[in-house]
Amino acid sequence: MESRYNLLTNKVVLITGCNRGIGKAILKKFAENGAIIYASARQSGILDVIAEELSNKYTTKIIPVYFDVRDSNAIKEVALKINKEFKRLDCIVNNAGVMEDALIGMATERNMQDTFAVNVFAVINIIQYAAKIMKKQQSGSIINISSIVGVNGNAGQIVYSASKGAVISLTKSAAKELAPYNIRVNAISPGMIDTDMFRSIGETRVNERIQKIGMKRMGSPEEIADAALFLASDLSKYISGQLIGVDGVTII
Amino acid sequence: MNNIKKYKKIFIETFNAKENEVCQLTYQSTPEWDSVGHMNLITALEENFDLMFETDDIVDFNSYEKGIEILRKNGIEI
Ligand SMILES: NC(=O)c1ccc[n+]([C@@H]2O[C@H](COP(=O)([O-])OP(=O)(O)OC[C@H]3O[C@@H](n4cnc5c(N)ncnc54)[C@H](OP(=O)(O)O)[C@@H]3O)[C@@H](O)[C@H]2O)c1
Repeated sequence: MESRYNLLTNKVVLITGCNRGIGKAILKKFAENGAIIYASARQSGILDVIAEELSNKYTTKIIPVYFDVRDSNAIKEVALKINKEFKRLDCIVNNAGVMEDALIGMATERNMQDTFAVNVFAVINIIQYAAKIMKKQQSGSIINISSIVGVNGNAGQIVYSASKGAVISLTKSAAKELAPYNIRVNAISPGMIDTDMFRSIGETRVNERIQKIGMKRMGSPEEIADAALFLASDLSKYISGQLIGVDGVTII
Repeated sequence: MNNIKKYKKIFIETFNAKENEVCQLTYQSTPEWDSVGHMNLITALEENFDLMFETDDIVDFNSYEKGIEILRKNGIEI
């Protein structure tokens, strides 16, 4: 559903993981609302077409940037590029994430390292560079995508849930540290959202899990994008350090 | 203003320091150069020299002298 409220006109935004799932929905929603977007993905060229389409459709600028979020040098380069081209950064959405389920006893060192590198360390790195630009302009909104399992935990997800729990605590710490600069930091905890990531658990388990949702359906990526739009916009200008659950009343 | 003068001025202003003692300053040697003061110094240097330090550089930056070395590493002629 299109929702053109022009809530983000002229705001400069960086979104990670824009090529599919929730990130792609956020990219579209933010473009509809007039944002100038540095859209990131790791596979070179993958966003070129959609960036041009959205730029033309909404007469704004979508600039693809390609990097792996684990590469801190690349993060620095992108921050320098944004600083050079616009001298401001109004919002970042730390969306890129990985989920690899593992029962206790089967969580490998590699799984732990990979999961935390993408879901936690990259988020901290991006915040560190974004805050440099945001501090100068004395404003900004940082949005981190956590998960309902980061709040409640879940069997089979000891590694993933720990990484998403870390996203919540780092959000609260960053909110405290950056509030004097008028930089807001919030997190969204999606429930079960219809993307490749959620469907990767297999159809039987997807159906089982839907039974745990009060509204008896999966959420759509657009519904997460709606919450992100609110947090990116000035409608939430006095809200920081918060976690917004978008889960249709899911019991885990 | 040349770069060394600019660098010195930022130190003087950030830490409220006297011109003749600024070259001897080290991290946490004065109450002003605490961790918060350090981040203010970094922000001022980044703004004035139009660069972004890497996290390791920010952590290694523990004296007036070391800062000059780090600026040189970042391509600033000083
Ligand atoms: N779907 C859900 O039910 C759900 C629930 C709670 C939380 N979440 C969270 O929501 C966020 C988005 O999830 P999704 O469902 O949209 O997942 P998805 O469809 O699997 O998409 C994940 C995105 O992250 C990117 N990514 C992964 N590792 C990366 C790396 N090292 N560098 C750069 N990009 C990387 C992926 O890029 P590639 O295409 O190159 O792999 C992709 O764009 C994640 O943080 C996830 O944990 C999802």
